[in-house]
Amino acid sequence: MNGFLIEHAPALLIMLPLIGAFATPFIGRVSPRIRSAWVILIMTLTTLTALLLASDVFLNGTQIYVFGAANPDLAVPLDSGGIPIRIIFTVDAMSALMQVIGAICGFAVLLYSISADRIHSGLESFYTLFLLMIAGIMGMVSTGDLFNFFVFLEILSIASAGLIAYRIDGGLAVEAALKYFVLSTIGAMVILVAIGIYYGEYNALNIAMIASRMQFTLLDQIALVLIIAALAMKCGSVPMHFWTPDAYSMAPSSITAMLVVASQASLYGLFRVVFTLYNVTLNAMTVGWIIIILGVLSMVVGVTMAIPQKNVKRLMAYHAISQTGYMLLGVGVGLAVLGNQPLMDSFGYIAMEGGIFHIINHAMYKGLLFLTAGAIFFRIGTYNLNRMGGLGHSMKYTMIFFIIGALAIAGIPPFNGFASKLMIYESVFAFNPVLAVIAMVVSILTLASFVKVFHSIFMGPKLPEYETVQEAPAPMLIGMAVLAAIVILFGLFPQAVVDGLIAPAAHALSDQSGYIAAVLGGA
Amino acid sequence: MFWNLPFIAVVALSLIGLATVVTKKNLIKIFLGINIFEAAVNLFLISLGYREGGIAPIFTSAPSTDMVMATPQALTLTSIVIGVATSALLLSFAVIIWKKYGTIDTDQIRRLRE
Amino acid sequence: MDLLASLSTGTGYWNPLAWLLATVIAAVIVYLVWRRGESGYKKGTAQTTPFISGNPEPGKEMVHVRASNLYWGYLDALKGYYELIVPAHTGVVNDYVLWYLGVTAMLMIVVVVFI
Repeated sequence: MNGFLIEHAPALLIMLPLIGAFATPFIGRVSPRIRSAWVILIMTLTTLTALLLASDVFLNGTQIYVFGAANPDLAVPLDSGGIPIRIIFTVDAMSALMQVIGAICGFAVLLYSISADRIHSGLESFYTLFLLMIAGIMGMVSTGDLFNFFVFLEILSIASAGLIAYRIDGGLAVEAALKYFVLSTIGAMVILVAIGIYYGEYNALNIAMIASRMQFTLLDQIALVLIIAALAMKCGSVPMHFWTPDAYSMAPSSITAMLVVASQASLYGLFRVVFTLYNVTLNAMTVGWIIIILGVLSMVVGVTMAIPQKNVKRLMAYHAISQTGYMLLGVGVGLAVLGNQPLMDSFGYIAMEGGIFHIINHAMYKGLLFLTAGAIFFRIGTYNLNRMGGLGHSMKYTMIFFIIGALAIAGIPPFNGFASKLMIYESVFAFNPVLAVIAMVVSILTLASFVKVFHSIFMGPKLPEYETVQEAPAPMLIGMAVLAAIVILFGLFPQAVVDGLIAPAAHALSDQSGYIAAVLGGA
Repeated sequence: MFWNLPFIAVVALSLIGLATVVTKKNLIKIFLGINIFEAAVNLFLISLGYREGGIAPIFTSAPSTDMVMATPQALTLTSIVIGVATSALLLSFAVIIWKKYGTIDTDQIRRLRE
Repeated sequence: MDLLASLSTGTGYWNPLAWLLATVIAAVIVYLVWRRGESGYKKGTAQTTPFISGNPEPGKEMVHVRASNLYWGYLDALKGYYELIVPAHTGVVNDYVLWYLGVTAMLMIVVVVFI
């Protein structure tokens, strides 16, 4: 039974949220209570499937799932002449890590959302889109087929756009969703052009197949640029970040926490293309430096734009941009020395591990921060920092969770942000000291900006207009507590996490031949 | 030269579409630009699938085995379906923005900035 | 999986548990020193009210320093930078698309032409 479940887990991971999503409107007709139970049930099952699959992948190596084949691991049909023709899911350690992030965040956010979004109407469609978002994220990170990647990307962006516009809010939320969706549609179409180029050149859509035939011709270079630019825009790196603060600030807070995961799925796509599709065939130094420069720009511009913000969620959104910069920087340094084994061993792998560790850390603490911002909005009805103050007297637990998140994002020990930032600083210092100094300065500015937020929300005397404010409801606190617990645990036992989750992911990402061998067999 | 014609059309259509998105201030025209760009991408996929003298891949009493791989057509169909969903969502955004802001000029739709 | 292992960062290492232990020891020492102090605090006396040279106490909403008053010096010092970067976020969707296409074109030049 267990073996059967694990064998079909990649398909279940998509199937469960899809079935859940399309059944939600009908179940919502019966009663809202049953609908909530149904959505939680589906999300729990999805989370369990993801954890089960991940534990298997980390134990036994890459797992593939071929849709419609006689046997799920029969990638190349016997009569096809060596071409993997079916849609395939390739779950290696990196994909499994992203699935774990998506599942844990989705679960915590859903618990929070059941209570926080109760006041809205039309919740059937809200949870339908929410589950579609989960399906999109899971599909993007586990697929081994480029066109399939595009389809899940579009599912994800359509669902996200609908959810960003959800609280119309006098048109403001719709404006944010419009900007997000215009950009992401164009980006997705550009990705489709690149996929078409690969298909025309190599007659394949399978990532492993294209990777094994990769020549890095002129057309490949064009396709590489198209994909890098589009996915860097989707993950919100400067100077293509303009949609991020709008979308993050106007979406309901639960959705904002999921949008963070969604951007990281795009980041995953970027890394997958660069490392698995091209690997050493590309000019690692040039492309590595492109990613490093995008990362440094994101870090600096993100954090400096964050400091003068007055809307707390806009401020946090700019910090999300800035933290994405750290991931790009870490993995970019890993890419820049790819193919040079001594340098790779001395700091390249550590830099990649730092960047990837930061992905999971960021999803946890930034999700936590957005949820606390949502809890505050739930009680006082404003995001404007100028109108807040003295809430530490009445919302003690929210304040504690906020402190945990803020210290983690600023890289203060012993929280998880410190561990990953330390890895990035030290490895980047070995590569280029200036970059490490910039990264540290950005960290200090991050702390400064969160001191401002903390002071203006929680400190000061109890304000007369917030005399009757109460603590956030228990389900919201539970959702935050799940994320806060992970932030602390990852901070206290970083090496265990790195050994168990991050290092396999980094090695799986940089090991192109292993990926190809897992799909096509042999090496 | 002649068989490059579809690709030249693809480039021309893409440029027209993207130029529309960048220069026009009317939301509906921007959406039309996106649709033109989508059409260009679909044309690109379809042109990739063209093989001279190829027939549909139906094996029952086929006149020749010189067949066309059906993948690009499948991709294009999927992409068209996605395009329809995208256009519908974009247009519904335009409707709400018109209701709430009273304008569909992008220079006016900038309450979120900085 | 060793839970107590230090995080190795290539050139250094970091053990949060040792750090935590040191923090706890430091906190205990601080507490012991603090306990030796004189206990002169009395609730409900003039000790607990703010002393503003005899002026009447302003309302609570007047005392709190609001967010927009923070970091004025920082923002003023970097005025040139902010005057450059804030207007770039125009809020017009055409500009955002143009930025995206511009970056694509730039990367295209870097990757395709200069390799």
